[in-house]
Order: sequence, then structure tokens, then C-alpha cells
Amino acid sequence: MLVPILKQEDFLIASIQGELSDVELLALRDQLVDKVQRHRSRAVIIDVAVLDIMDSFSARTLRSIAQMTRLMGAETIVVGIQPEVAMSMVQLGLRLEGTTIAMDLEDGLAVLKNRGSQGNDACDRA
Amino acid sequence: MTPVIERETALPIKSDLDVLKARQQGKELAAALRFTNTELTIIATAISEIARNTVLYAKTGCLQLKVINQDQRRGLLIIIKDHGPGIADLDLAMQDGYSTSRGLGIGLPGARRLMDEFDISSEVGKGTTITMTKWERTKL
Repeated sequence: MLVPILKQEDFLIASIQGELSDVELLALRDQLVDKVQRHRSRAVIIDVAVLDIMDSFSARTLRSIAQMTRLMGAETIVVGIQPEVAMSMVQLGLRLEGTTIAMDLEDGLAVLKNRGSQGNDACDRA
Repeated sequence: MTPVIERETALPIKSDLDVLKARQQGKELAAALRFTNTELTIIATAISEIARNTVLYAKTGCLQLKVINQDQRRGLLIIIKDHGPGIADLDLAMQDGYSTSRGLGIGLPGARRLMDEFDISSEVGKGTTITMTKWERTKL
């Protein structure tokens, strides 16, 4: 299943639409890394709200997306982890180091907005 | 008492797409039992881990899902068998963080944590069998 990647201002939004196979997850990673460079994006939001399973491979792929985009200057924000998924991730011992987590897409956008205004504040103060 | 098998299904595990199918089928079958949504997710995640392990190391295997009834308690029994290279050191393979491939080394020990019962047997050159069960919390 293809994951649509939307470009909004200086960030990207990838909304996962259904369960992804390993190959599809890796394709998403490659696409995101490519688009971050092409659009000079500052952040990537990955919406995982439809996922009802997060296993070690998906968690690892999300972490590697975050690490790769960070090396290119963009932050990765994972949004929409469902409560059951959170519970099984903790039992499984999965972490998403290096990624920012937000409740949902709206919350993720708010995180980015805050970052932006904080940046401006710093300029105002300077 | 030997468990009574109420329902069962089997499917081949050959690729990452079969891993998806396996966890969806597992979830569907488990949904007929009195599991919470969280337990269904946990079961599907455990299936995903062991099925991926099979694809990674043995290439192909067979997954069996069985709704069992033992001692007035129902559960989902999951068996995955392969004729792959086998695991030389099971204790090591069951350690968190140990991996000989691109995995995280969290799959098998993680699946054991997610399930109520977990058993693995393996013979080098012959293959590996993993058996795991999740029981309903309440008796019938």
C-alpha cells in the first residue's frame, strides 16, 4: 500500500493508510529521505494512527527514518500511536529514540508551530 | 488434560506479505475468544515477530493457529515450524539484543514476553519450532 506524502510549507506529512509490509516500510523510508532533500524540509510527520500493530521491524524503520532525516537537518515526528499499540510496544521493549512523539496530526503540527515561534522569539531577543 | 482444538487454520510463511497475512489471521481468530483489544494487538505483534524470524532465517515455514480449550479455559495456540538452518545456541538467541542479521534482536525474547507460554526447540540443520499460547483471562 502506497503512503501518500504531502508537502506543506517546509515540512512533509506521511499518512500511513493501512498495514505495511516490510518492503513497503523501507520504500517509505527511502521516499522520505529523498523528499526531505528535494524539498529542503525541516520536519517529517508520520501519522501511524491506522496501524494496529507496531512490531520490532516497524519501530526500527521509524527510528532509522528519524536518524537519517536528522542527519539531513530535519526532525521526525511520529503521531497517532494507538493505546493498544503503546501497551504492546512497552511489553515488547520497543522504543522510538530520536523521534518526537505527538498525540495526533493536530498535536504534531502544534509542536512544529511552537518550534517556529520559539525560533522567532530567539531572534526577537537577540 | 489434553487440550480440545475448537478451530484451527494453517498458512505458509514465505515472504514479508505472509507476515502481514499471518498477523491479520491471528487477530481474526483470536477475536472469537474473549480477548481485549490490547490482547489482540499483543497476539498479532507476537505472531509478527516469530513469522518474520522464520522469513529472515529459514526463508519458509508453516504457521498453525489453534483455538484450544483446556481445563475450561480457552486460548490461542500458535505454532510455527521451519526446516531452516536451526539455532545453535537457543539461550543466546533468546537474549534481548542478540541478532545475527538485520533484526533488532528483540523478536524472539519480545514474543516470549508478550505471550503466556512460549517454547522453542531447534536442531542445527533440521529446523526450528516455536510454540506459544495466550489464554483468556477468565475461565468459561
